[in-house]
Amino acid sequence: MLRWLPENISTFGQGVDTLFSAIYYITLIVLILVMATLIIFLIKYRHQEGKKATYIEGSTTLEIIWTAATTVIVFVLAMFSYPQWNKIKSPNQFPENPDVVVQVSGKQFNWDMTYPGPDNEFGTDDDLDLENELHVPRNAVVHIRLTSQDVIHSFFVPQLRLKQDALPNRFINVWFEATKAGRYEIPCAELCGFGHSEMRGYLNVHEQTDYDAWVQERWPQEAEGGQ
Amino acid sequence: MHDNEHTSHHEESFLRKYVFSLDHKTIGKQFLIYGLIMFFLGGGLALLFRWKLAYPEKPLPIIGVSQQYLDEGEVVTGADRMWERIYESDEEEWLELYMPAGVMTDAFYNMLFTMHATVMVFFVIVPILVGAFGNFLIPLMIGTRDMAFPILNMLSFWFAVLAAIIMMAGFFVPGGHAAAGWTGYTPLSADAQWTGVEWGQILWGLSLFVQGLSSLVGSINYITTVINMRAPGMTFFRLPLVIWSLFIVAVLLLLAFPVLSSAIVLLVFDRLAGTTFFTATAEGGGDPLLWQHLFWFFGHPEVYILILPGMGIASELIPVFSRKPIFGYRSMVYAMIAIAFLGWIVWGHHMFQSGMRPGLGSIFMTTTMLIAVPSAIKTFNWLGTMFRGSIRFTAPMLHGIAFVSMFVIGGLSGIYMANTPVDVYIHDTYFIVAHIHYVVFGGSLFAVFGGIIFWFPKMYGRYMNDVLSKIHFWLTFIAFNCTFFPMHILGVGGHRRRISNPLAEAVEVVTQEQTFADMNIFITMSAFTLGFAQLILVFNFFWSMYKGKTAEQNPWHVNTLEWEAPTPVPHGNFGQIPTVYRGPYEYSVPGEEADWTPQAQPEHAPATGGD
Ligand code: HEM
Ligand SMILES: [Cu+2]
Ligand SMILES: [Cu+2]
Repeated sequence: MLRWLPENISTFGQGVDTLFSAIYYITLIVLILVMATLIIFLIKYRHQEGKKATYIEGSTTLEIIWTAATTVIVFVLAMFSYPQWNKIKSPNQFPENPDVVVQVSGKQFNWDMTYPGPDNEFGTDDDLDLENELHVPRNAVVHIRLTSQDVIHSFFVPQLRLKQDALPNRFINVWFEATKAGRYEIPCAELCGFGHSEMRGYLNVHEQTDYDAWVQERWPQEAEGGQ
Repeated sequence: MHDNEHTSHHEESFLRKYVFSLDHKTIGKQFLIYGLIMFFLGGGLALLFRWKLAYPEKPLPIIGVSQQYLDEGEVVTGADRMWERIYESDEEEWLELYMPAGVMTDAFYNMLFTMHATVMVFFVIVPILVGAFGNFLIPLMIGTRDMAFPILNMLSFWFAVLAAIIMMAGFFVPGGHAAAGWTGYTPLSADAQWTGVEWGQILWGLSLFVQGLSSLVGSINYITTVINMRAPGMTFFRLPLVIWSLFIVAVLLLLAFPVLSSAIVLLVFDRLAGTTFFTATAEGGGDPLLWQHLFWFFGHPEVYILILPGMGIASELIPVFSRKPIFGYRSMVYAMIAIAFLGWIVWGHHMFQSGMRPGLGSIFMTTTMLIAVPSAIKTFNWLGTMFRGSIRFTAPMLHGIAFVSMFVIGGLSGIYMANTPVDVYIHDTYFIVAHIHYVVFGGSLFAVFGGIIFWFPKMYGRYMNDVLSKIHFWLTFIAFNCTFFPMHILGVGGHRRRISNPLAEAVEVVTQEQTFADMNIFITMSAFTLGFAQLILVFNFFWSMYKGKTAEQNPWHVNTLEWEAPTPVPHGNFGQIPTVYRGPYEYSVPGEEADWTPQAQPEHAPATGGD
């Protein structure tokens, strides 16, 4: 099952994948144990002439053991998950001083990307609007200001292991750092109307030099712009 | 105790006896048939959109145009002729609007999956588990003559009929039916401009509101009956587990459904009166997340409403056919109570990615993971029940075993999604769809099938045909797994849920796109097999009603009270109300001749009853 996961290209994605495989192996073992027990019982204790069932009402010891065991397993899993979750989603734990800040705004049925331009402020003349195309450099911290112009959409980049709903009139911040150049899909993951199926944008991760060239092309007068 | 004397002798009119019946058994059967009819509707909707998922651009068989017609305009099939007629007529025909030439539009696709889930959750599983089994079993199993409030009981059924009619009407109003998912997320559902759906969404809300009334009066009835009307000696800890489950579910329904009803009222205000409870405007107003909180505050208890009676039924089937007491009766009861309590504090696990504060996500992850504990306890207890038993592989038992094994898979997939970091990735993918179906179809529906075959002799005085039941079981079991297991893999591959064209899906996400398309075709084929296998069940059900082998009073040698009543069960159920001497699962008691000791059998008397 794990091999079906698309390649991970974000810095926090590895942690997600590790948890994923840990849960995969834990649940796989539990599943095999339970199914094997079930099948053995079904064969061994099938009705046979002249053999009666044994009267057993239960066992407090066993109840305590399996209650405690499952509780411990789920708590240990939870303990490992809190930091990973906070790393992805808690704004106070995001890496500071992002290299790139972009506003991504969903609308039926496109993603509007807005770059603040060299002045690093949204709503000014040097803003750049792109439809469905997001450009970022590799190995750089990117902050996304996520919002929507109509209904709820969801910003999903499978390879980044990142998903966040976009809400109208709210700005939700997410971050990522991509580790591999390439072009990746940004499908919308929340039902948003009849065009939901086809709603997708693209994340273009460039090598730093290519990205600089791209910035240079957009804002020619600023050599170091687009930060 | 076995006299067939009717307790009430007066003749009832046809209407009173079969239509507006006050008898809990008749109402139970009405709910059962209602649920089965809706099951076929809901299943049919699913097969329609499964076709689209396998062949997004190909016309449907039977009602779609033929290839020749597409290529050369040559009319070859009946469908071609029909479409010619439609094209020539000036009127805007229903079919042309939603399925031009037999290819489903994206908008109609959204209506179909919305209605599939709505129908299955609100009009199939709950009516059958709670309406049918609840009504039929509660008075019989606690040893009383009827429900506490027979008229409310009748109203509960007719409210449900009214709700179903309103829901179905939604397909035929201008703008089409609700298309915002069974969860009806706002703002999508709150304003016609986002979906083009005008009255459909309002009828959806109205229908669920009426269905809520039905559940409400039903649950008041169940709670009162179980608390007040138990037979002498039937203490709470001698109640069969299925009665415990129905009792707990009644409490959940009573508390949860009004939350949905209130939310729906606000939603309808948003749509009709221009309020903005669930939409944020620049000037302020409400919050789309409020709807999600209200919906899931109802919705998570609701999913436990869908499974608890299934657990109850499995807890009847497994001891009976293992000829052993249920393992850990009390821990089974406490586990259900724990699930019912925890069920109220986990709703946020549906909203991890919604923009809810991340700190809350951590809390909801913890409570959700905790709910795996009582689920595990129950599973181990079912296994413990089979341990050193004498297992009979009857058709009901096969379903009981399937319930346990499928529930295990559904519960384990729940752990992935409960884990917030993993849920970031798999939320809103087919992994969720797989989970839902393993718990609700693999769990609840297998319990329903098992329960129907098990109690059929008491309901109709005849057995269901055993061979047909077993063919139906194996076909369903195999086709079910072929249909839903691959969905886990699709989900892990990044295949989103609620999309109408998977060919465009994940093209660059995963390089295995061809495999995904193939898998979708395989799933659709399996789904059709699964659908057609259900025809066997329905045929068997109605055929056996008239032609099945006549059943004895207690054919499976069961301890609980419903089998003390004569078959067919007369109005008033019991000649004389039985007295209860012991718990419900005294099978293979050491020193006893028979391997069963009915609850109503006085101490130190030989077992009687099964002819
Ligand atoms: C061990 C027990 C369970 C756990 C830990 C669990 C966990 C979850 C989680 C976290 C989700 C949300 C996933 C997401 O949308 O990202 C979910 C969805 C769902 N669960 Fe469970 N679940 C469990 C058992 C059940 C049972 C017993 C049922 C019903 C009979 C059920 C029915 C559903 C349904 C219908 C949804 C999808 C709702 C939707 O978005 O349409 N689950 N479950
Ligand atoms: Cu969308
Ligand atoms: Cu839930």
